[in-house]
Amino acid sequence: MNDKAFEPKIIAFCCHYCAYASADLAGSMRLQYPSGVRIIRTPCTGRLEVEYYMRAFENGADGVLVAGCLEGGCHFIEGNLFAKKRVNAIRDILQESGIEKERLRMVNISAAMATTLATVINEMVNTIKELGPNPIRKTNNGTDVEFWESIPPGKEFEILNSQQ
Amino acid sequence: MIVAQRKKIPEIFDSIQDHKSVLVLGCGTCVTVCLAGGEREVSIISSALRIASRKAGKKIKVNEFTIERQCDNVFIEGATEEIKKNDAVLSLGCGAGVQAIAERYPETPVYAGLDTAFLGILESRGVWAEKCMQCGECVLSDFGGICPVTRCAKHMLNGPCGGSREDRCEIRADQPCAWQLIYKRLKNIDQVDKISKEHPIKDWSKSINGGSRTIIREDHRI
Ligand code: SF4
Ligand code: SF4
Repeated sequence: MNDKAFEPKIIAFCCHYCAYASADLAGSMRLQYPSGVRIIRTPCTGRLEVEYYMRAFENGADGVLVAGCLEGGCHFIEGNLFAKKRVNAIRDILQESGIEKERLRMVNISAAMATTLATVINEMVNTIKELGPNPIRKTNNGTDVEFWESIPPGKEFEILNSQQ
Repeated sequence: MIVAQRKKIPEIFDSIQDHKSVLVLGCGTCVTVCLAGGEREVSIISSALRIASRKAGKKIKVNEFTIERQCDNVFIEGATEEIKKNDAVLSLGCGAGVQAIAERYPETPVYAGLDTAFLGILESRGVWAEKCMQCGECVLSDFGGICPVTRCAKHMLNGPCGGSREDRCEIRADQPCAWQLIYKRLKNIDQVDKISKEHPIKDWSKSINGGSRTIIREDHRI
């Protein structure tokens, strides 16, 4: 794979009540973030099953961003705090499996923080660019994980629920 | 319940890496409740193993299945078809579950995905504590329901040892002194006189120290 042309594929799980709204706002403000980022709306980051993170990497994602409300500002009181603990636990499992833990990151963003969201996404893209593609894509010479490109928009969730 | 915890992925991967296909087999009883080897953990560990396998340039097929109870032949039978489809089994049952599978399928390699730790209870969310070391001759009735064999670091039946500080055990400052707990409990239930009862030396041959144990109930045998 030509690393110079490497455009990281990142799944961003965004909470409906904050980060997703801020992504909307970012759109209205015409803020730019790289096109390799797929945003999936979730009712709350606390709703995210840890299997989704594992499946995303297993299916070739280069990075996963979890964006929930500011601490103390969760619509469901403490869903984002649970999510944070789960993300940390999964980071350890990823590291043990050979995927750098920096590829999974959680951030806290309010609905008004569109600029912060764009910055965070760009930061994440830079981190992943430094790390290179998901190592399991590399070892397979990009052959059997090319299907990422074939995921129709809006179907990401179904892919996460399937096993390869 | 039996409490266990997941082994690290590199250790698990090391044990299964020479097989072409592996069934990660969960157990729906104790290890599901202690969040170590139920359906969900099967899913997470399988994902991790698929990632590790591809990272190592291998293509191990990792399949998932969970049965109600791995330490019981009636339930194990339900996994036969899945087990036969794979070269090996990674059991997420407790040590008894792993061995039950190995006994039932003499031709299939079986590996342990968990470290079985102890017999205990869920003390609060995310916290499990050991309560019984299965000594074979329970003395809880004399101690207000608090086990000095398991919870006193010196297994004292005629305690306390005199070393406790501020209700903490002198060996493990993160644990309360079991004898302090026993005293308080006996006082609460108006049986404090039991604390001065002398207990004879414990017969450890009834515990695991006397070798692994078997219970035979003739009235239930066929
Ligand atoms: S006295 Fe023995 S059987 Fe009873 S709780 Fe303690 S270790 Fe378990
Ligand atoms: S301090 Fe209490 S629990 Fe610890 S060894 Fe002494 S009697 Fe046992």
